[in-house]
Amino acid sequence: MSGASAVAAPLKPAQEILRQRGQREVFCGLTGIVWLHRKIQDAFFLVVGSRTCAHLIQSAAGVMIFAEPRFATAIIDERDLAGLADMNDELDREVQKLLARRPDIRTLFLVGSCPSEVIKLDLSRAAERLSAQFMPNVQVLNYSGSGIETTFTQGEDACLATLVEQMPHAGDKESLLVVGALADIVEDQFRDLFNGMGIDTVEFLPARKARELPAVGNKTRYLLAQPFLTETAMALDKRGAVRLKAPFPLGEQGTTAWLQAAADEWKVPQKTFDAVTGPGRNRARKGLVEYQEQLEGKKIFFFPDSQLEIPLARFLATELGMTLTEVGTPYLHREHLAEELAALPDGVQLSEGQDVDLQIDRCWEAEPDVVVCGLGLANPFEAQGMTTKWSIELLFTPVHGYEQAADCAELFARPLRRRQALAF
Amino acid sequence: MKLTLWTYEGPPHVGAMRVATAMKDVHYVLHAPQGDTYADLLFTMIERRDERPPVTYTTFQARDLGADTAQLFQDAVQNAYERFKPKAMIVGASCTAELIQDDPGGLSEALNLPIPVIPLELPSYQRKENWGAAETFYYITKGLAAEPASTDVENLRPSCNLLGPTALGFRHRDDVHELTTLMHLLGVDVNVVAPWEATPDDVRRIPEADFNVVMYPEIADTTARWLKRTFNQPFTETVPIGVGATRRFIEEVATLTGIDPSAALAAGASRLPWYSRSIDSTYLTGKRVFIFGDASHVIAAARIAKEEMAFNVVGIGTYSREFARDVRALAREWDIEALITDDYLEVEEAVQALQPELVLGTQMERHIAKRLGIGCAVISAPVHVQDHPAAYSPQMGFEGANTIFDTWVHPLMMGLEEHLLGMFSEDFEFHNDARPSHLGGGARKAADEPAVVAEMADAVDGVSWTSDAEKTLSRIPFFVRGKARRNTETFAREKGIATITTETLYDAKAHFGR
Ligand code: SF4
Repeated sequence: MSGASAVAAPLKPAQEILRQRGQREVFCGLTGIVWLHRKIQDAFFLVVGSRTCAHLIQSAAGVMIFAEPRFATAIIDERDLAGLADMNDELDREVQKLLARRPDIRTLFLVGSCPSEVIKLDLSRAAERLSAQFMPNVQVLNYSGSGIETTFTQGEDACLATLVEQMPHAGDKESLLVVGALADIVEDQFRDLFNGMGIDTVEFLPARKARELPAVGNKTRYLLAQPFLTETAMALDKRGAVRLKAPFPLGEQGTTAWLQAAADEWKVPQKTFDAVTGPGRNRARKGLVEYQEQLEGKKIFFFPDSQLEIPLARFLATELGMTLTEVGTPYLHREHLAEELAALPDGVQLSEGQDVDLQIDRCWEAEPDVVVCGLGLANPFEAQGMTTKWSIELLFTPVHGYEQAADCAELFARPLRRRQALAF
Repeated sequence: MKLTLWTYEGPPHVGAMRVATAMKDVHYVLHAPQGDTYADLLFTMIERRDERPPVTYTTFQARDLGADTAQLFQDAVQNAYERFKPKAMIVGASCTAELIQDDPGGLSEALNLPIPVIPLELPSYQRKENWGAAETFYYITKGLAAEPASTDVENLRPSCNLLGPTALGFRHRDDVHELTTLMHLLGVDVNVVAPWEATPDDVRRIPEADFNVVMYPEIADTTARWLKRTFNQPFTETVPIGVGATRRFIEEVATLTGIDPSAALAAGASRLPWYSRSIDSTYLTGKRVFIFGDASHVIAAARIAKEEMAFNVVGIGTYSREFARDVRALAREWDIEALITDDYLEVEEAVQALQPELVLGTQMERHIAKRLGIGCAVISAPVHVQDHPAAYSPQMGFEGANTIFDTWVHPLMMGLEEHLLGMFSEDFEFHNDARPSHLGGGARKAADEPAVVAEMADAVDGVSWTSDAEKTLSRIPFFVRGKARRNTETFAREKGIATITTETLYDAKAHFGR
């Protein structure tokens, strides 16, 4: 059976999508800093916001691993708001101090927040002004991670969209660009696979160094590795790059179809493709067998969080035999998710946006075996006897690609095993 | 604008959440964008609460700003009332909502709900979490407390309220239990504990008690002062953390109520005094300690460290600006520096400069100490999940003193172990980079070494070390190495010695003694 054909089924008519408007229980885009600052190693993220913003990042980061991390918050105070201090001067001064103390910073992101946006502090002008001052040593960029504009993973989208504008022109050079932050080890695996097929120029966005961005142009073909990159894709399209339509590289089938999209574009002979992907596919399939036993027929319910919900649901349903109840997502990009939606089994309730109280009611009615939800909801559910998987872990754990397919399954199987293993 | 890496306190509305979450039958409607819902996880993850905090967020978005965020707020209040059926509500704005000025108080009043709805004014751009908790507790008490029924027959037993414990506090759950037990021993009834598990009806009854126990001044001080002004209820001043403080607290309660404290003083003896006198504790003498946290816990810990452990308190500090005066006063009394800051980097600098052997602090200091290879015990919020233990671990009262003795001694070397290390500095097990053996982990990694300390020290006033002296220094066990280096350099400077030799090192040792 070819994995690709399993996912490339004909498009079904648009699924009914439930849209409710109430309390949303989702992080804002600032959260992305927690993984982006690890990924982009020469960058510093300076949130211009409130004490709440500083507290959010700290809480989302969980444990402080680094004495001086590559992110911070410039906290707006009453003097700024009362106009006693010129906010732009204040910002310039803080940036100056920061750059003096951290000569290792080559790229500084000014990250907008709800407060900075409500008071209309123009961070793009600030970035221009500061860039002019600190180039060539430091480039200063800006994007918004505010909760009034972005949810959770959309912060990464906004950040990458900003980087796209900085990418050099590729001219006539052909290249494959993989878009979306991945674990370094996953990047290496994908690069090896593409190289093995004869696709030589494979680049990644974000690059490990923001000052060494790959080039982009009319001959750039790109694959989205993450489903939440709406703005980034638009920015790439504007630069002439062309998106290769594919599902996302989660699970053996998703990964195969994703790789296949590039192989088709590069006219890689099917024999080569099979030879290159064969070992990985076999390992992934073998790795998934024990999880099929554990997860088959188990019902799962997704609260909206990272926008990874639909690709994950597809993987869990088609490769592990799980039964989908409701699959919630904070935002659904129909075009980017077309292949994913087509591969979903019938009878799935999709929902976009949230009224968390009503959704909790529906969750109890659906009687799932596993609930995927945020950290605020997980323990209260567990205390009432529900098994949960907290969704933020899916962003912090390598789950993409063949070698991680079983790891991804394990994330959902472990809570179930644990509940069974405990004697009370 | 101020640059912040890690914060000791969240915004004031998180303080309000700590009060609301501690209480029963209270619901908080917070006008805030979606990202602010992160605060739920503080309670469900860090404190392992098994219920969602009783908070509804309006989660307005950019597109609502032009439209009607006020309507959104009113709908949220109405829906929350119908769904959760609270007996009282509090309403307020987070930092972003404060900027759009929707007036949560007026909007909720217009709904005419049949329960008290208490508006909070918590200026997010000036104030912080503890202040927010204190104000919220005060507003709630002011909004609900009722004149005690004067027809009541005088109760024979005196009674008190325990004020201040909230959700996400440091050991509040266990402190409540410990003080309740202590009060029973004294023959004092506990009328109401608040905010901890108090209902709005409980808060109404607060004025019925004879006096108030201010467990945590950061949270209960404002309320206790108002209760004193309004209902003539006196309140206790001593925070009963440590053996001495607990005894003083008992005397204070005895004075307030006119009861005889001797039974409670005798019955509730702590093991700390004997453990501290027993000869195994000799090695604790003069250990250099740095203490940082909220003001009340720091002051209590400093007194215990000095008077009950015979440590050498080399520095104290607090992030609670509201109570900075008390910390400064104590520092002045002891002729040491008080560090008043909420800047994590300043605290780290102070620890590096003072080179203590033990740090008593919050989760922040835990990380600083870990990085610098110094032992650390946690004494104050903010704390991580591992500092909300399953075991009964109060800080207050005589049992609290026992807990404190154990947790503070744990990160230090055992007495005999310390001797062996001094004698056999190059033994493969007792070599001088060994960590306390009961903490496992073997040698400290070079990466954990306080390299910055060494660099800083090297640069100091041009005093340099010969390689022989450096080598001798490296034979000194790591937990006193910093002190030896600092003492030697001070000695050299005083004597005008530019190059430190092994001789200088030993001269300095003789000069300062151990
Ligand atoms: S939702 Fe807005 S105010 Fe809240 S943490 Fe995110 S950016 Fe800051």
